[in-house]
Amino acid sequence: MISKVVESLQAAVADIENGATIMIGGFGTAGMPAELIAALVAQGARELTIVSNNAGNGDTGVAGLLKAKRVRKIICSFPRQADSYVFDALYRAGEIELEVVPQGNLVERIRAAGAGIGAFFTPTGYGTLLGAGKESRVINGRHYLLEHPIHADVALIKALKGDRWGNLVYRKAARNFGPVMATAARCTIAQVEEVVNLGDLDPEAIVTPGIFVQRVVPTPRDTARQ
Amino acid sequence: MNRWSRDEIASRVARDIPEGAYVNLGIGLPTLVASHFAKDREFFLHSENGILGMGPPPAPGHEDWDLINAGKQPTTLLEGGAFFHHADSFAMMRGGHLDVCVLGAFQVSVTGDLANWHTGAPDAIPAVGGAMDLAIGAKRVLVMMEHLTKKGESKIVERCTYPLTGIGCVNRIYTDLAIMDVTARGLGVVEICQGLSFEELERLTGKKGMLIEV
Repeated sequence: MISKVVESLQAAVADIENGATIMIGGFGTAGMPAELIAALVAQGARELTIVSNNAGNGDTGVAGLLKAKRVRKIICSFPRQADSYVFDALYRAGEIELEVVPQGNLVERIRAAGAGIGAFFTPTGYGTLLGAGKESRVINGRHYLLEHPIHADVALIKALKGDRWGNLVYRKAARNFGPVMATAARCTIAQVEEVVNLGDLDPEAIVTPGIFVQRVVPTPRDTARQ
Repeated sequence: MNRWSRDEIASRVARDIPEGAYVNLGIGLPTLVASHFAKDREFFLHSENGILGMGPPPAPGHEDWDLINAGKQPTTLLEGGAFFHHADSFAMMRGGHLDVCVLGAFQVSVTGDLANWHTGAPDAIPAVGGAMDLAIGAKRVLVMMEHLTKKGESKIVERCTYPLTGIGCVNRIYTDLAIMDVTARGLGVVEICQGLSFEELERLTGKKGMLIEV
């Protein structure tokens, strides 16, 4: 019998290696897999490259990983927030590399990786600091930049429910990057509030089909609550 | 002169958005526009983090932190609203599906260049979010901002000195002093606040020739 369910957070992240590129779902704290990230901090992998929309809030989640000095580089669209003080201090001290990517280019680069696209032309960022040095082309009279996919070794995401085949559904706007990142990593690990039986998820409503998910970790909501 | 308040600017923006429009309101001043839509008309509010049919803020005590807006504040979903992932959300923004977006700005140039993501200060931490995608992707880009900086300098300029968000992307500018359309000949002044003449507006804005009477 196939089961992608892994009962402990520790076991789910045990094989993540130093130097890995890790996508982390979430927009702010909505959809951020806080328990998986905490398990990764405890696991101890270092020199990580993190791909996430933000660079952490407060002291936990992505900020906890940064605070533990496990991150070499972060690729994100919006690092600076009211409570991103952990990132801000590391950045100002020159202790972390930052690649700022317009949010649409960020998600499309992730999507491209998952869909096997070699590179793509996008109008976003043309003529700006973030487009400097990139190859450009005029297509039908409009300027475009060439952007490349972002692949990851691991994606850590949060969903509402999952089954043993790895099918997932999400909750409200906590869906955000999860379904896209799941396609772009060699190993996608989803923490879910509830593991349900095969057949319990309406096949018409499954958002992430199990082919994109390697591990499902039950993480009940009372502990998953921000 | 009788400068428009933030609410008066927002009501003017709301008045110009047709019923049934798919609209993205940027973080900050533009979010005020939502409260000025006529109650008997329907609009589809989009939020970059995967929401269409976004409603008003929740009543105190009813916050759901899985249901937040682009500014990461709790929001609500109207009946008929939908959730979707980020790639779909940005396809809406970049693929020309949004009818209108309303953005704040540091500067707008006479040719519609927009600078709204980065002050360019050496110690500033750059953070762009979805600003560049909205600027190039929406069918109409409206800017809402104060006409002058706190130091009294015009935020409408011949060329932006702040780092650009997009080139030639702004259609209309709403300030506390005037409403202006970006045209091939210059900024066409559509309305001026009471007690301010075109010549005075021109003097506050900068060089002669940047503004045109329409």
